[in-house]
Amino acid sequence: MSEAGSSFVYVTYIRTTPERLWQALIEPEFTRQFWVDTVQDCDWKVGSSWKLMIPDGRIGDSGEVLEIEPHRRLVLSWQNQFMTEMHAEGASRMTYLLEPQGEMVKLTVTHQINRPVSKLIEAVSTGWPLILSSLKSLLETGASLEATRRWPEGK
Amino acid sequence: MPEYKPKTVYVTYIASTPEKVWEALTSSEFTKKYFWDLSIELEPKLGGAFALRLPDGTAHVQGTVIAWDPPRKLAVTWQVQWPEDFRKLPECRVTYEIAPAGDAVRLIMTESHSWDVPEAILSGGRMGWPAVLSGLKSLLETGKAPAIKMEPPKEMIEAIKSLKL
Repeated sequence: MSEAGSSFVYVTYIRTTPERLWQALIEPEFTRQFWVDTVQDCDWKVGSSWKLMIPDGRIGDSGEVLEIEPHRRLVLSWQNQFMTEMHAEGASRMTYLLEPQGEMVKLTVTHQINRPVSKLIEAVSTGWPLILSSLKSLLETGASLEATRRWPEGK
Repeated sequence: MPEYKPKTVYVTYIASTPEKVWEALTSSEFTKKYFWDLSIELEPKLGGAFALRLPDGTAHVQGTVIAWDPPRKLAVTWQVQWPEDFRKLPECRVTYEIAPAGDAVRLIMTESHSWDVPEAILSGGRMGWPAVLSGLKSLLETGKAPAIKMEPPKEMIEAIKSLKL
């Protein structure tokens, strides 16, 4: 990378299949449970617009599908919409990589922006571990973490 | 005195209690299941001896307890003993912080170093910790820990081989 950038990388191993994990990352009936009651508005093809919708109808983040290989890899451009400072930073790039490893799937989330300091990356650095921990609990136990089932009040 | 800086941080949230997470981190009955097949030895006090042992009794890691506050905080010095080449590495520090988070527990693991450790050498921890702590979470939430096999990354082995300190 030629420009100074900020990035956050998170790896987790989940006892599931790539197909189930992919489904949980994409489909509203799952994301509502582990991703603080949000749903994604997207056709899931290269070039499709992508929106992460907050329960009250606001757009949380939006962008575009840059690359998609179902059950394996997704790359999105991702710009925050509802927080002024983060919105002003422009588009970041978020990648999901799913790699089967024995009875587990290794999920690597890489979230990157071409800025040396970023409020967005700082924010997602605390968000991703909670959301992805909840996703793992949902897929392995049938229940997501309580703290991630509702959009935080007042936000 | 050298200053230790956090180089690798891993945060996970576990549907369990602080006491159970503490037990899983500090007792062999648990570590043998998620920390590959390593048994932990821990003298439960500040200054106490700490080791992670392979099934044949060889110490894989040795150190000392430098923070002991059950069930909130545990910190140890961490000197790798095996493979032999890894012994030349300065000791690092591993800190576990446990806090309630709603009806779950937030666990933060911090690996800190006192020197300008190359990324290639940090790659070992960056590969290992997510696997170990994912295993811990699965064990506490489902009763089963996965078998995630791994070897130290090639770049780490190479970097340590050519390290001159």
